[in-house]
Amino acid sequence: MAHIRLALRMLARDWRAGELKLLALALIVAVTSVASVTFFADRVRQALTRDAHQLLGADLLLTADHPLDPGFAREAQARGLSTAASVRLISMSRQAGAAHIAGVKAVTEGYPLRGKLRIAPALNVPDQEAAGVPPPGQVWVDERLANAIGAEVGTSLELGNARLQVAAILTLEPDRGVTFFNIAPRLLMNVADLPQTGLIQVGSRVTYALLVAGDRAAMEAYERWAKTRLDRGEGVEGLDNARPEIRAGLDRAQQFLGLTALLAVILAAVAVGLATRRFTRRHLNNYAVMRCLGASQRQLFGLFAWEFVALGAIAAVLGCALGFGVQLVLAQGLTEFVGVPLPQPSWLPAAQGMLLVFALLLGFALPPLMRLKRVPALRVLRRELGGPEESQVVSYGAAIAVLAGLILWQAGSFKLGAYVLAGFTGAGLAFAAVSYGALRLAASAGSLGGVAWRYGLANLRRRARQSTVQILALALGLTAILLLTVTRGDLLETWRARTPAGAPNRFILNIQPDQRAPLAAFFREHGLPPMADYPMVRGRLMAINAVEVSAENYSEARTRRLVEREFNLSYMDELPAHNRVSAGRWFSPSDRESGAVSVEEGIARTLGIQLGDRLTWMVGGQQFTAPVTNLRHLDWDSMRVNFFVIATPPLLERAPTSYITSFHLSGPQGAVMNQLTQAFPNLTVVDMSVVLRQALAMMDRVVEAVQLVFLFALAAGLLVLYAALLATEDERVREAALMRALGASRKQVAAAQCVEFIAIGLAAGALSAAGASGIGALIADRVLQLDYTVNPWLWLLGPALGGACVAVNALAGARAALSQPPIAALRETE
Amino acid sequence: MVLAAGLSKVVPNGSATLVILQDIELAVMPGEAMAVVGASGSGKSTLLGLLAGLDTPTAGRVHLDGVDLFALDEDGRAALRKRLVGFVFQSFQLLAPLTALENVMLPLELSQRDDAEERARAMLSRVGLGERLGHYPKHLSGGEQQRVALARAFVVEPRILFADEPTGNLDAATGAGIIDLLFALNAERGTTLMLVTHDEMVARRCMRQIRLAGGRIANGAR
Repeated sequence: MAHIRLALRMLARDWRAGELKLLALALIVAVTSVASVTFFADRVRQALTRDAHQLLGADLLLTADHPLDPGFAREAQARGLSTAASVRLISMSRQAGAAHIAGVKAVTEGYPLRGKLRIAPALNVPDQEAAGVPPPGQVWVDERLANAIGAEVGTSLELGNARLQVAAILTLEPDRGVTFFNIAPRLLMNVADLPQTGLIQVGSRVTYALLVAGDRAAMEAYERWAKTRLDRGEGVEGLDNARPEIRAGLDRAQQFLGLTALLAVILAAVAVGLATRRFTRRHLNNYAVMRCLGASQRQLFGLFAWEFVALGAIAAVLGCALGFGVQLVLAQGLTEFVGVPLPQPSWLPAAQGMLLVFALLLGFALPPLMRLKRVPALRVLRRELGGPEESQVVSYGAAIAVLAGLILWQAGSFKLGAYVLAGFTGAGLAFAAVSYGALRLAASAGSLGGVAWRYGLANLRRRARQSTVQILALALGLTAILLLTVTRGDLLETWRARTPAGAPNRFILNIQPDQRAPLAAFFREHGLPPMADYPMVRGRLMAINAVEVSAENYSEARTRRLVEREFNLSYMDELPAHNRVSAGRWFSPSDRESGAVSVEEGIARTLGIQLGDRLTWMVGGQQFTAPVTNLRHLDWDSMRVNFFVIATPPLLERAPTSYITSFHLSGPQGAVMNQLTQAFPNLTVVDMSVVLRQALAMMDRVVEAVQLVFLFALAAGLLVLYAALLATEDERVREAALMRALGASRKQVAAAQCVEFIAIGLAAGALSAAGASGIGALIADRVLQLDYTVNPWLWLLGPALGGACVAVNALAGARAALSQPPIAALRETE
Repeated sequence: MVLAAGLSKVVPNGSATLVILQDIELAVMPGEAMAVVGASGSGKSTLLGLLAGLDTPTAGRVHLDGVDLFALDEDGRAALRKRLVGFVFQSFQLLAPLTALENVMLPLELSQRDDAEERARAMLSRVGLGERLGHYPKHLSGGEQQRVALARAFVVEPRILFADEPTGNLDAATGAGIIDLLFALNAERGTTLMLVTHDEMVARRCMRQIRLAGGRIANGAR
């Protein structure tokens, strides 16, 4: 206890004397940045998950082709979860002789559990959030159905045997996106009216769903419970089963957040290491004096270790509190932007912050402290005994091990963490080698030029090791800053560009072969983009390599449903522009003759289909078998027509074919749609603008969040630069004083320091440009699967930024060195 | 008492060796003050380092108060120093982040003494710095810093005090004041004093002097 008391007193004394401020600041900034990032990321993740749940209308959806056992709902309610139910079927709705197919959804009170319905009192008037569901006797219809049968609000329509009043226009259904294709215009009704319609008969295709939502832990437990009780024809849809394009967006957003957090970790670690080195150097003498005064190595090591532990604990508490505060501000900004409150953060990030501090101290502060332990007491008599150099292996080994652990932990993904770790380690080694080479080069250039030039370069040479460390630290800091600003911006821009503003927002299905030409003419006449349509044939997958495909062979509910359903197949000779062959090769002329299929890589993985497998299909009562000659990568964000399976044309040309097309319709062209449905009444037009709006809004929110978080990590980067430059300040002040004492003018002293600093800044800047380009390209290619072009501005910005950072420090350093009489500076730095 | 027998220090110098001290024999009685004089590089500071157990000899033994210094490990020697030894250095060696009072308290705190502050205050008053307790070393003059160093050395009531050129960084008048104070404290407490100096005047105030030349005692232990 006495040791701890003394350690605390030493902590207070060192703090008061300003010895620990840089280290404390580094630790606090580290924890604050990481805590705010993790607190905030935690909330954003929760919000993203919650919003993704809106696409289901619940946290979990139990679906069945028969009424679900009421036990599922009872169990959910017993566990304190909210429930609602829906029944979906396709039927004709009629009004005054006009009939149109309608996607009927009958719902109970409480639907949807996640997200909100929006309705308007009439067509083309502002909508508002709906309070509840249609009361019995009333229905809400969407714009397309209202247009198709002229069902204005206030009129009534016939559905089966029932006559129901149209009470509102349904403008937004949060879970509409779940069924991407085959969306008939929506008719939303109360489940109480369903029996009187008489629509549910033997053989009717009806989907029954139980919506469940609630606390995350309870949901997970319920999902586990429910999964064990599923019967044939029953399935669970959780977030993981939601639409692939939304899932891809979520994954990528989480990777961006993970990346930000881990950049903050790297920066913080470097700052802590530099600050501790400075602390240690300034305490070599004190340590030797205390050894002289009779303190044992163990006692002194304990003293410093406890001092650091206490400092770490204080920094962790302060950092976590500050991090919490910062994320509140960040969240406030985001809430104002999106108008939706974020969920409360969990306390896990605080615990992570605490852990982080001690991991950083262990990896970055302990090795320099170990160096103190070996300082000889004789140093009090012979100053040149600077204490043995710390073991490179121990010191860098510990740092790299801790950093690797932190990176993998923060990245949340082994792959991402491994790439960034490899990137930074590679850059670090390359930077060290290049710095050393540059210093050797400087040595040969040192004999040229004036006094300041010679002295500045001599400094670089004399401090070769420190200069290398400094260039390395600066280069890493700058690399992170460039990654955070330029590269991050480019990556985000590339990502955002994947769903361009002019992305298709309408799909037209059921185009008959003889309608293609008149429809293309209609497009031309109405100023729409040239129509690009694709043939679509429905077919069932019968066998893979002559092994019958059966739902029982797959454990995943989604896969089971997939094989039970008919696929939308297409046929074409040319690879669609937005598809990419990821394995094998696109159809050759001989493939065309012999017959071949191309499969989307994701569905191939799900169904266990390999390149070269022979697939047997049933199309229009005919079977055919063809080999898989290639797998395709689809750009799900493009919102264009995509097919899981494409065949060579001769295989399917004679099968019953309809066509599908997608195009972009801007707001003012809305009237065109009415003309289209009047001219081609059989076509099904799917309005994707709502779905697209949801997807784009979500993507924008993610981008905003990532940008805010990046801004904060940037601050940590600046601290590293400060710490790196402060590391040699004592020595510079002393040397400047010495030069002044020997008669150098202020100008000569300042110029010599500037030469040294500018060389360091330029070298670090150039290296960081190379590092940021390389790491950015690596992340884009291997992790985010983006086509990324390195920004040439990096090569100008890196050195400029490096030069500017050190110039500021050079000025400050020169001022510190020149502002006091040489004797005072010499005495102070002795 | 301080006893050295056959004490030698040889260090490698490229492919050859450099003899710094050779076969030193000396004995300093309790309460005795001995000066070590000699030219720069004669081995004075090395001898002091060896006698205090800060450095290890190539050969020979040192006994402090009857304990064989080099039979102990590094921590054992530190513990012995804590019990027996005080130091005063040419460059003061005060801890910059600590005030005058805290510098004097430090050796007592390292010994876990509860009365550290009380004793340190009294000691600083004794050396005439009772009004400057809260000052940092950088705000004290050279003479004041050396007085703080004297207070730090004497506050643990050492039996042996090693002083390495205590006036080397001070002007003549200030240096004389410090030497007066050093001898006064030494006399008050009956401390054994080993004083390294190149100042003959200072050396003459000691009971005995040894002169080092070429790593040997040139004048023999008088």
